[in-house]
Amino acid sequence: MEHTAQHTDVPALRDTETVIATEQLNVYYGDFLALRNVNMAIPERKVTALIGPSGCGKSTLIRCFNRLNDLIDSFHLDGRVTYYGQDLYQDVDAVQVRRRIGMVFQQPNPFPKSIYDNIAFGARATGLTTDLDELVERSLKRSALWEEVKDKLKTNGLSLSGGQQQRLCIARAISTEPDVVLMDEPCSSLDPLSTLKIESLIRELAEEYTIIIVTHNMQQAARMADYTAFFNAEATEDGKRSGYLVEFAPTRKIFDQPAQEATRNYVNGQFG
Amino acid sequence: MTSSTSGPKGKPIEARSQRSQWSDRSFTWLTRLMAFGVAAVLVFIGVQVAIDAMPAIRRYGLEFLVTSSWNPVDDAYGALPVIYGTLVSSFIALLLAVPIGVGTALFLSEDFLPRPVRTVLSFMVEMLAAIPSVVYGIWGIFVLIPFLGPIGDWLHQNLGWIPLFGTAYLGPGMLPAALVLTVMILPIITAIARDSLISLPPALRQAALGMGATRWTAIFRVLIPAAFSGIVGGIMLALGRAMGETMAVTMLIGNSNDLNISILAPANTVASLLANQFAEAGDLQIAALMYAGLVLFGLTLVVNILAEMIVQRVNVYK
Repeated sequence: MEHTAQHTDVPALRDTETVIATEQLNVYYGDFLALRNVNMAIPERKVTALIGPSGCGKSTLIRCFNRLNDLIDSFHLDGRVTYYGQDLYQDVDAVQVRRRIGMVFQQPNPFPKSIYDNIAFGARATGLTTDLDELVERSLKRSALWEEVKDKLKTNGLSLSGGQQQRLCIARAISTEPDVVLMDEPCSSLDPLSTLKIESLIRELAEEYTIIIVTHNMQQAARMADYTAFFNAEATEDGKRSGYLVEFAPTRKIFDQPAQEATRNYVNGQFG
Repeated sequence: MTSSTSGPKGKPIEARSQRSQWSDRSFTWLTRLMAFGVAAVLVFIGVQVAIDAMPAIRRYGLEFLVTSSWNPVDDAYGALPVIYGTLVSSFIALLLAVPIGVGTALFLSEDFLPRPVRTVLSFMVEMLAAIPSVVYGIWGIFVLIPFLGPIGDWLHQNLGWIPLFGTAYLGPGMLPAALVLTVMILPIITAIARDSLISLPPALRQAALGMGATRWTAIFRVLIPAAFSGIVGGIMLALGRAMGETMAVTMLIGNSNDLNISILAPANTVASLLANQFAEAGDLQIAALMYAGLVLFGLTLVVNILAEMIVQRVNVYK
């Protein structure tokens, strides 16, 4: 952490269309600058991984993408977050944003309802008039859970194992056909086998969806991601940690020939 | 602990001292005794009431529950009017208190107001439970009954064809008693519903909102169903309280043993019947009162057991 703000080596990603982009994004909680000067363009139908040490603002950033940070009173930002060019924070209904940009959380959080009702929730909540049986089957098949649960759709989602619950949450997230699926460390509470299942599932989902995944696990990023953004954090005077984007590039470049010293040290396990 | 300096490796680990084992055991027994003591008191009261009620149980049998005379001169006793009054007054109170209480709980568990204001409001709702029953009674007599006068008259004149409003408003009666019961059970419902709502994991709300649900969808389709067992448990506790409430009801219900379907008419409950008649009751009358008390005991027991069962059934987060 030699000096501040080296940030944004945004590479040429013009081979695919940009879905979500940030421009000079600063995120604050009250007076505290949690994440500063982020400029990145996230390409369509790719897996983009956000890596970096704790407190570097990865989760904060993806929660800006679906406006889930709105739930925190002291949250505000300046700069822009755009979705296909439209500013997500200007005259936009957050509820509508979240219907386009779904999310899978760190802890599997199925509703305390049946497996069926968990999947049907999105359609019912948004007033979609589709064939729910078919929607449930399709979503569970795409999340590779159908074979395991097809005979017990009426049982409570919380009775599944952790890995199954997380795939249920993925099925729930894609049931409403979002464009983007945000994943906030989706495997961090799972065992290695469940993790592998979810990783291969994410690779498959990337054919249809834009996936943005926060992970602590560098091997996971190396295995799955097309693009990787490395964030770093530095301590502020009052002991908090303020994050910034160090480097954003194709995953192979981040791991093999990073442009920044800090990135090289991090991916080589020298700190963080 | 001293820091290990010279060869701690071979030193054996000591057993627990006799004294500490002994004090553990005696503490276990002490708490066991207390726990069984509480259960014993419950059983003792139940048995005692049943024994005292025996003469009436032998004489009237189950007919006691379905006949409606209460005549000490002829020794004719039937508890139907008071059982009916107990159930109806509690039911009306629940009907009004559940939507208000759950609504208040929702409001207090969401972030519509700054946290300090919410804390003060919740505290004030809970303070309702601290008002003594007799004060509710006095308030009912001097404030609520006169206030209800014009409303009662209007109901009787305009909706008198409905049996519920079939008699003239006389003051003390089912309506004011049920309304005061409503206020009295409100804090129970509100406090328990609020506790179950705010103890839901935040992940649940985030999951719902993250799916593109509006706040209202999240509340009605996810949060309330998830807190359902707690809310119902609170409602059942409140029902138990309403059925057993004595002082305020006695002061307001009019203490009439005539069975009347009109809520504007005076009525009676088991609890207020007991409170009114114990002082000058003769032998068989005491037995009859005990019998009525036993019936009330049974009713509240059933309600509490039901509450317990519902709370246990779908408590996924505990």
